[in-house]
Amino acid sequence: MIPGPFSYRRATSIEEAIALLQQYGGDAKVLSGGQSLIPMMKFRLAEPAVIVDINRVPGLDTIEERNGLLSIGGLVRETTLERSPLIRQRYPIIADTAEVIADPLVRNLATVGGNLAHGDPANDHPATMLALRAEVVARGPSGERVISIDDFFVDTFTTALAPDEILTEIRVPAPPPRSGGAYMKFERKVGDYAVAAAAAFLALDEARKIVRAGIGLTNVSYKPLRAEAAENALLGQAPSDELFRAAAELAAQAADPTSDLRGPAEYKRAVARTMTFRALQKALSRAQAA
Amino acid sequence: MTTTPIRGLGHPVKRKEDPRFIRGKGTYVDDVKLPGMLYLDIVRSPYAHARIKRIDTSKALAMPGVVDVITGAELEKAGLAWMPTLMSDRQMVLPTERVVYYAQEVAAVVATDRYTAADAVLAVEVEYEPLTPVLDPFKALEPGAPLVRPDREQKTNHIWHWEAGDKEKTDRIFQEAEVVVSQDLYIPRIHVCSIETCGCVVNYDRAIDKLTIWMTSQAPHAHRTVFSLVSGIPEHKIRIISPDIGGGFGGKVPVYPGYVIATYAALKLGKPIKWIEDRSENLQADSFARDYHIHAELAATRDGKIRAMRVHTVADHGAFDAAANPSKFPAGLFSVCTGSYDMEAAHVAVDGVYTNKPPGGVAYRCSFRVTEAVHTIERMVDVLADELGMDPAEIRFKNFIRPEQFPYKSPTGWEYDSGNYPATLQKALDAIGYQELRREQAERRARGELMGIGISTFTEIVGAGPSHTFDILGIKMFDSAEIRVHPTGSAIVRIGVQTQGQGHETTFAQIVAEELGLPVENILVEHGDTDTAPYGLGTYASRSTPVAGAATAVAARKIREKARLIAAHLLEVSPDDLEWRDYAFRVKGSPDRFKTMQEIAFAAYTNFPLGLEGGLEAVCYYDPPNMTFPFGAYVCVVDIDRGTGQVKVREFLAVDDCGTIINPMIVEGQIHGGLTMGLAPALFEEIVYDDNGTMLTGTFMDYLLPTAVETPHWKTDKTVTPSPHHPLGAKGVGESPTIGAPPAIVNAVVDALSHLGVRHIDIPITPAKLYQLLVEKGVAE
Repeated sequence: MIPGPFSYRRATSIEEAIALLQQYGGDAKVLSGGQSLIPMMKFRLAEPAVIVDINRVPGLDTIEERNGLLSIGGLVRETTLERSPLIRQRYPIIADTAEVIADPLVRNLATVGGNLAHGDPANDHPATMLALRAEVVARGPSGERVISIDDFFVDTFTTALAPDEILTEIRVPAPPPRSGGAYMKFERKVGDYAVAAAAAFLALDEARKIVRAGIGLTNVSYKPLRAEAAENALLGQAPSDELFRAAAELAAQAADPTSDLRGPAEYKRAVARTMTFRALQKALSRAQAA
Repeated sequence: MTTTPIRGLGHPVKRKEDPRFIRGKGTYVDDVKLPGMLYLDIVRSPYAHARIKRIDTSKALAMPGVVDVITGAELEKAGLAWMPTLMSDRQMVLPTERVVYYAQEVAAVVATDRYTAADAVLAVEVEYEPLTPVLDPFKALEPGAPLVRPDREQKTNHIWHWEAGDKEKTDRIFQEAEVVVSQDLYIPRIHVCSIETCGCVVNYDRAIDKLTIWMTSQAPHAHRTVFSLVSGIPEHKIRIISPDIGGGFGGKVPVYPGYVIATYAALKLGKPIKWIEDRSENLQADSFARDYHIHAELAATRDGKIRAMRVHTVADHGAFDAAANPSKFPAGLFSVCTGSYDMEAAHVAVDGVYTNKPPGGVAYRCSFRVTEAVHTIERMVDVLADELGMDPAEIRFKNFIRPEQFPYKSPTGWEYDSGNYPATLQKALDAIGYQELRREQAERRARGELMGIGISTFTEIVGAGPSHTFDILGIKMFDSAEIRVHPTGSAIVRIGVQTQGQGHETTFAQIVAEELGLPVENILVEHGDTDTAPYGLGTYASRSTPVAGAATAVAARKIREKARLIAAHLLEVSPDDLEWRDYAFRVKGSPDRFKTMQEIAFAAYTNFPLGLEGGLEAVCYYDPPNMTFPFGAYVCVVDIDRGTGQVKVREFLAVDDCGTIINPMIVEGQIHGGLTMGLAPALFEEIVYDDNGTMLTGTFMDYLLPTAVETPHWKTDKTVTPSPHHPLGAKGVGESPTIGAPPAIVNAVVDALSHLGVRHIDIPITPAKLYQLLVEKGVAE
């Protein structure tokens, strides 16, 4: 559990961090919360030559609503997110997600930005952000660009971020009326990655028909998965357990898990179905209460 | 006269050791830092079975800060490439020709700092020729199976065959029995997972020609003797200090190769050496527990009276038989598997087998394979109940050894000291509302919900053990205590057992407080330093209270007898005119004339009668006349999530009987911890290997330990049936919950599915495993 040799650089501004990334290229890794990176280094699964620490970069740790968007800074800690009254009241699906990440010790340091930028399909925020149709803001040498969450996850541990880009902000559309979301995770024990987890977001029209549906799945494919067929099956329909079961079945079919110690692929697909169904039920009850 | 309360037996005294732990001031081995200390790290095998063609240490040796690289070839020259195990087998310290399990020690690096040592491990080049690993013990027994141990004369993977009971009588009853049930049960390989991993700091002081080893040892004296025998260093020149220990659970009884290599390095290099395993090394290479493949049968009458039990077990011991059982018991006390039930006959046979897995198996919070024994009988009783359509509680009441049958001679030769099984089970059933739960279960079943109620009424066997039967490497399993009362009435107690969290510093002080009438806070308990503590076999198998606790009580009583003479002298009466009552020697008929132990202690140094030696101290090496047999009745209620296969333990009640209780708070804590350690193998824990013998569960990400979140609210209660032969009537408790809980949980899960034709599920009952069963039975959501 001893990492290989590496050098450590601490950036005090976003410009300095980007310059360091440009200087070291592929040998460098950004350190935010470090709760995935450092264990990987201790197991020598990752051996970056240089660590660029962005924890002292100011201005990346705010949560605020502006212009119809929720803005979450890239360095916002999971604990901050889970305790934020704004998040708990207006975006309970995000609070659901933050709460089930690892354990409190990890969440005190782990960041939302890191959770997304790590590109791990087992991480929890990606599914929620897919369901919420979030956007990711990246800063690089040539300035800022906004990446749709649907374009963000490229492969296992690979995102649309260039090696010299840093994720600075996540933007989530503010919830429309009669909407609600929920994240349901099944894990073998607390702190584990999901056997399978589902994020569901629903918005109803005045006639109580579904006008918006988002479903994201965790740890059932090589990258975080959006269950589009399941979403489409919900649109324009009146919510019911029967409808949700059909959508959950479509979500399970979209899943392409691999067998491992968390269970055989068939089992994970079944859990994805159960979690999708339960997330939809909870999302609906929140939408109805909204 | 002191006004401080004595707080002897039965008082929930707060643990004396806790303030230093709570403040982070404990001293564990890794806290020991000596000037000039070097760090040792170990190169481990990536193969479960391979020939070593070449080891090139040159690149590692060339690294700045690397002091030495030690290989098997070098140890062989020193006669240390192999070491004896506690089971009369031998084990490689470092290999010279082949590796026989994944993560086996291959070479050791010594460096000036921990980080350089870790880097140098990767710089040692080892060329392997992979060989076919033998992983399944049944396949290992087939003709033509690759040999795990070609170093042995016997060219077979079979280690030993062991039997207990009366085969002929058992077979006869089975032939004529009205009902026979049989079941295969696998109790998987698990790991003790103490929070503190293993490790040592070794210092050879040339000036005084003395070797000092700080070591996470559950049995420092036994280890000193082993070290002396292996190294040839006289025993008085070796001092083993077992400081604060972060959990032992049986995993710190064996001697691991790292200890030997570190000692060799310290002697060779003349510098202190520190070796501390990391978590993965601990999980991958240290002794496992369990791994028993059991075939069990019960013969019974049609109305549910058990007549006989027949068990055959294949025990996977890995590449070396490095269990830590008493010499005469290669399968531990597994023959106690007739449990709490009276039957005419039993026959138990066990075959030990080598495979290409790490050696073991240790008694994980279990008195030598009693977990396996209890799981077998408690499952089989339910299997029989299912066959006969009987209620699991009813079949137990029908077969219990009755209170008047004690002392009870079991069909495999054990003499149970005392028990009242029906009373304990009845107490548990009444407290949990058993009949009401059965009604609720019927209602839920009608709605398609899955709820189960499981019972376990186990009997433990602890306190090894009587010298006529029990030894480890020939050393009899007595234990010891030495008490010295100081002039002002405080005392020091030194014991031969070693706490790893059990609270010895408190409970042993309470025993002395009770026996001598001195306040518990004035009694200091010391242990773990072989230069000062009396010789003892250590703490495991719930033996501290039954054996060393008895030694402490007897030593205290020896002191009291001397104190009587001094009190008589002070009170100017005959010793026969005195009686020990209310913590003082009182003149019979004039209870106001008395001397307290504090007054007597002062007189023992200042005013003792002519002809009597001064001072007030005593030693006892206690040889227990029998084992003790704690027992209990556990009831577990579970609900099953049909959408995920998850088992939710809704309610769990443990009614324990461990005889006389010294500290009820510590007993309750032990039970809570033990129940959690019983929950773990039932639902979570298992060491898993792939087809190449590579361990897949080498981190806590994959080796699942339940946390507080997974742990249900434990309800506890007790009955008290003292041991008739223990000086205090105490029986030991640390392991009862660990062995009693798993079958209660499994029985509950099986009970939830019994109406679907499910009769047995092997542990761990993971959600994935259970969901598959729900699919097969057509009840998955």
